[in-house]
Amino acid sequence: MPKVSLNVNGKVHHLDVDEKTPLIYVLRNDLGLKGTKLGCGLEQCGACKVIVDGKAEFSCNTPVEAFEKSSITTIEGIGTPDKLHVIQQAFVTECAAQCGYCIPGIIVAIKALLDVNPNPDDEMICEALSDNLCRCGTHGQILKAVKRAAKEISL
Amino acid sequence: MTLSSSFGNNPDLDSWLQFHRDGRITVSTGKVELGQKLTTALTVIVAEELDVDPGRITVLTADTDNSPNEGYTAGSNSLESSGIALRQASAKARRALMEKASEHLEEPVENLSVTDGEIGGATTNKNVTYWDLIGDKHFKITVTDDVLPKSPDQYHLIGNPVPAVGLEALVTGTMTYVHDMEFTDMAHARVIRPPNYHAQIQDLNDTEVRAMPGVIEVILDGSFLSVVCEREEQAIWAASKLARITVWDESKELNSKDIFVQLKNNPRQSLPVVEGVAKESPVQPFRPPENSSKTLSATYQRPYHMHGSIGPSAAIALYDAQVLKVWTHSQGIFPLRLALADVLGLAEDKIHLVHVPGAGCYGHNGADDVALDAALAARAVPGRPIMLKWERADEHAWEPFGSAMQIELQASLDDTGRVIYWNHETFSDTHMSRPSAHRENSRLLAAWHLQSPRPAPPVKPTPGFHTGIHRNADPIYDFADRRVVKHLVHDLPLRVSALRSLGAYANVFAIESFMDELAHFRDMDPLEFRLAHLSDNRARAVLEAATSKANSGFSSADDGHGRGLAVARYKNSKCYVAVVIDLIVDDYGAIQLLRAVIAADAGQIVDPDGLRNQLEGGLMQSASWTLKEQVKFDDKGIVSRDWESYPILTFAEVPEIETVLIDRPDQPFLGSGEATQGPTAAAIGNAIFYAIGLRLRRIPFTQDRVRDAAAEV
Repeated sequence: MPKVSLNVNGKVHHLDVDEKTPLIYVLRNDLGLKGTKLGCGLEQCGACKVIVDGKAEFSCNTPVEAFEKSSITTIEGIGTPDKLHVIQQAFVTECAAQCGYCIPGIIVAIKALLDVNPNPDDEMICEALSDNLCRCGTHGQILKAVKRAAKEISL
Repeated sequence: MTLSSSFGNNPDLDSWLQFHRDGRITVSTGKVELGQKLTTALTVIVAEELDVDPGRITVLTADTDNSPNEGYTAGSNSLESSGIALRQASAKARRALMEKASEHLEEPVENLSVTDGEIGGATTNKNVTYWDLIGDKHFKITVTDDVLPKSPDQYHLIGNPVPAVGLEALVTGTMTYVHDMEFTDMAHARVIRPPNYHAQIQDLNDTEVRAMPGVIEVILDGSFLSVVCEREEQAIWAASKLARITVWDESKELNSKDIFVQLKNNPRQSLPVVEGVAKESPVQPFRPPENSSKTLSATYQRPYHMHGSIGPSAAIALYDAQVLKVWTHSQGIFPLRLALADVLGLAEDKIHLVHVPGAGCYGHNGADDVALDAALAARAVPGRPIMLKWERADEHAWEPFGSAMQIELQASLDDTGRVIYWNHETFSDTHMSRPSAHRENSRLLAAWHLQSPRPAPPVKPTPGFHTGIHRNADPIYDFADRRVVKHLVHDLPLRVSALRSLGAYANVFAIESFMDELAHFRDMDPLEFRLAHLSDNRARAVLEAATSKANSGFSSADDGHGRGLAVARYKNSKCYVAVVIDLIVDDYGAIQLLRAVIAADAGQIVDPDGLRNQLEGGLMQSASWTLKEQVKFDDKGIVSRDWESYPILTFAEVPEIETVLIDRPDQPFLGSGEATQGPTAAAIGNAIFYAIGLRLRRIPFTQDRVRDAAAEV
């Protein structure tokens, strides 16, 4: 008996999972959407971010039941290797990934930002990424990629 | 030509290169991809030597069943070992193919040319491809030293930007990390660690946990405790319950006295370092020359730092029919196999390890430990693949940290202001605790807690060239006389191992801070003072390139602005790096980095984008260590168990970076991934001094530390 309904990347799923399960495990293990990464489970690093009703949110610590009335977009809903989103293409162009583990969460945060404000200043970009961590030190390339994407979106 | 030492274990050409009939080429390496873009660089090297499109090439990284054993992927050695080996293997393959083509086309070899794997002759219209000649077949020859690779003037790929392998997968979330693997019937496990290194289980009644939904097994072996469940969240909930109900004996505590006091007072072994190598001979006394007019001293300190991978360590293990298979993000799957064989009592040939990427590790983190955790869980639940992931607190509290260090320097100047005697003493725990065969001992974490424990083996000094504690302890300057001593200090409180650049980070921080102090004492420009003691032209070139770049297009007359400079050659034998940092210190002691300039000479450039990423990433990470990071602990254990208690650099804090690459096509390519760590720390310290006149010698340079230093003046 499905206990939870979830709208992810435009598709509604009815799932028989414990409604207290944090969203990330349902996305990854029940829906096979492994692009969303588990980094801390503490809402501190941003690797798990998804877009919930237009806003970037952590998925690692909030029960799935809290998202039933929401529309969720994961990194897989933004673009694919064959059909990259402008933001993703900008990250490739700027070589803005080393190990890449933090990147889906960062692209999700930037997508949510640029959807609302396609022309953000540096402060707004840093604010959108204030709870996204990168350990490889790819910050410089990431910021360049965000600015490139913003420019192309506003054209 | 000298053959790469990687051929020692693996001389057969077929173990490195395979040509397929459909035009693809598979390249095997015993190294692993860590986000350092090694696979991109290896692809370029092979494509260049064979004259094929890089898109034809797939690099298979380490697998104990199928790849050459090249030990660890560490120490910035991969390009020099695997890169050279693959260049030589490719040259040999190309020669063999040209000889076959020559027969086929009835043209002498010297008349043949290759375009994307298609071989044509000067006097014939016929052609033949690599795939026609050898597709899906074996060469059955060994790599020999009689075939010279291309000379640099024939290159058309090396040194030019190429798209990095796999970026599209990274930005779309379709890259499969070990964390993302999925198998039919896979179960999920978590491990419940003691409150600290020494605590042992006193009492556990797991009845309640065994009744929780999805629990398959609770594994208790000595003080090793783990739980296996059907679903991941069930494993997390069951582990969290076990953590609450387990009673631990915590009577043995950590020594949480000032770590720098422990570094000076604990038992130690002291070895002289000569030409970068530690000697088993008595340490000569400190004796400044009689003609010195002034001897200055300073002491520099770094705390324990963590690798802090963004993805907690993970592994999948399957124990089936007495064979163990583990998917792991270890940097050294062959040595790990030896370590697992010891602990599990299995024959080496019953263990199959496959490398699958994890999140960036920057050295020896929890990757190997979690492989044993998963193996222990899999042995208790045979026949099912077990995914075991560490939680964030496991990673923060149990990874082997980068060692705390104290460095004491003295320099004697003659009356012209030249340094005529230099004394460098480094006090530190080891920097090398990677697992391997240790018989009744083990460096794998869980082995310490088992019913039949295998404690960590005793730590011994490593004598090799610029290893561990004494990496970069020998300055690159032309000092007439020098004394370098490594002190391996015992009985220190925290678990440690290799963190990016090992001892080089703090040794270079100390040397390059002290050079600035000496320049200031002599009232000389820091660049001029360095150049006056430096005859290595490549080191001079990066210093001059970085300074000249920093001088162009930037000016700041703001109060609190400072600029700092530092230089080093990693391991005194690899990549040269000079760093210039501009920063501001505000009235409250907060430091904001404004701009960083890197100038680097890594010999011949293979992949400029990859090189830049490694250098700049290293700078950011070092800036983070230097400004913010310190592992915190008390007598009960590690206190910094999450990102709030162990903060790292955020997007708002990063400087603009500009990198100047000096290409040396006639010089061997040199590893670069660890070269910026040391110079960055010193350049930041030096910039702070020029900003506010305070010399900070203890990392991290937090706002509190700046205020304390100001209060002491």
